[in-house]
Amino acid sequence: MGSDNIIEAIGLRKEYSGYPAVKGIDFTVKRAECFGFLGPNGAGKTTTMNMLQGYVTITGGTLKIFDMELRGNERKIKSRLGVVPQENNLDPDLSVIENLRVYARYFDIPKAEAMKRAASLLEMMSLLDKRDEKITKLSGGMKRRLMLARALINDSDLIMLDEPTTGLDPQARHLIWQKLKEQKRQGRTMVLTTHYMDEAAHLCDRLVVMDEGRILALGTPQELVDKYAKGSVVELPVPEEGEAEVINALSGADYNYEISGDTLFINSADGDLIIARLARFTKGGFVHRPATLEDVFLKLTGRELRE
Amino acid sequence: MKEFFRPPQVGRRAFKVWQRNRDAWLKFYKASLVGNLAEPILFLLAFGLGLGRFVRNVGGVPYIKFIAPGLVISAAMNAASFECTFGSFTRMSTQKSYDAIIVTPVNIDEVAAGDILWGATKGFISAIIMLPVLAAFGLMNSPWLVLSPVLYILMSLMFASMALIVTAFVPSYDYYAYYFSLVISPMFFFSGIFFPLSTLPGWVMNVAWFTPLIHAVNVSRALATGYFYPGLIIDTLWMIVFTLISSWTAIKFIRRRLIK
Repeated sequence: MGSDNIIEAIGLRKEYSGYPAVKGIDFTVKRAECFGFLGPNGAGKTTTMNMLQGYVTITGGTLKIFDMELRGNERKIKSRLGVVPQENNLDPDLSVIENLRVYARYFDIPKAEAMKRAASLLEMMSLLDKRDEKITKLSGGMKRRLMLARALINDSDLIMLDEPTTGLDPQARHLIWQKLKEQKRQGRTMVLTTHYMDEAAHLCDRLVVMDEGRILALGTPQELVDKYAKGSVVELPVPEEGEAEVINALSGADYNYEISGDTLFINSADGDLIIARLARFTKGGFVHRPATLEDVFLKLTGRELRE
Repeated sequence: MKEFFRPPQVGRRAFKVWQRNRDAWLKFYKASLVGNLAEPILFLLAFGLGLGRFVRNVGGVPYIKFIAPGLVISAAMNAASFECTFGSFTRMSTQKSYDAIIVTPVNIDEVAAGDILWGATKGFISAIIMLPVLAAFGLMNSPWLVLSPVLYILMSLMFASMALIVTAFVPSYDYYAYYFSLVISPMFFFSGIFFPLSTLPGWVMNVAWFTPLIHAVNVSRALATGYFYPGLIIDTLWMIVFTLISSWTAIKFIRRRLIK
């Protein structure tokens, strides 16, 4: 193990019959960190994940995983990879324990060792009492945990999770988060995509915001919030006097703003100053809150709907 | 196109895919075997005994005995075809099992090859379980039948590969109706199982020569009767060549469908 970079992508590109889905992105993922991909639908997150898994061929650029060029080393790399795709693809023809046992076989793990690992993974994922259950009998959260257990059966060094908690209720989400954090503590590297900003803030050491096949920003959640959302947000209804009046009142302050519908969002490091300056506009009520990744996300990718 | 001629990367891991399918099948194999056995036996009784009253014999062979070797082959053809159409499509599209496997060290070529091997196994099983039944009725008892497992494996590989090619293209289950009614059924009726094709106009025989089933039926009947002729070498070579081409094609098109 020469470098501490688990993944190194340079100018990574993907075109689907002429349509550019990923337009040349650079990023590195370091050992034992959790690296997140954020972006609206169609941003290129899943395509990027699929390239990392060798599931989608690379159109251009270089991609190294574990210090090996992906092309030509697929088997070696995949033997150390754990993958949780967006859509659960557990084997409904097999029971819970058989799913793990059969999956272990793909990695050449001998039966005795596979059963040992399967039992401890089921315990770790609080699924031990579902050992012989049919897959169709499991809840959404249980299926997701079993997917995670399956991704760990080869004692993977790198786990890739595509929207790990989409569609789960809050209890199930928090349980998954807890399991993922345990894995991180054990030194496993993780790459994930998500639509949930709280999930990204909660789990990711560093993340990128992607849109239209490009990386728009990269940093720790705190860095991104400080840089793009300036730390705090004041929200108030657009005053009758119009936005020009507001800009007048704020002249000289360090802020940026945007209007969405009938709400004015003002980002600044000093929210109290903003409120003081705007005292005469806040009769209709206002909200002053710390900025979140969601503000960063909307700032970078815009507010219009993606479908 | 260049990709098509690059040899498939199939190694020992194809066997792991076969094992997965076997494990799933072993959970309900009894029901599955009954189904496999029931249909050809029904055909045998209906045609052999029913129609046999009127036909009496074909070239001196009692009718039921005439159709038995072909029905064994058709049982294998159907089982292999079903497995690599409906079975494979379910694993590939509905259950996304292929997707789950190809992010492990097993690659897509091996998944396709494993499914072909499994389809062939199902075909083989369907044929081989008929032998004791047919032998018990005195319908198949030539010593040459010890070679029949080789035939069943070869022809099952052939039909499994053909079916998987279709699977690489169909958008949904509904499209298999075309394959079964336009390819499998015509072969079933016009490959010399129920009557010698020589009774039809010459062009029928010529067309049939280009389809796979007739060659398997010819060899099966030879093994059952002990009556051999040089054309059987051509039949066997035909099947070997066609199996190689169709399995290669199936693997390549499954790869093209799954890996974007």
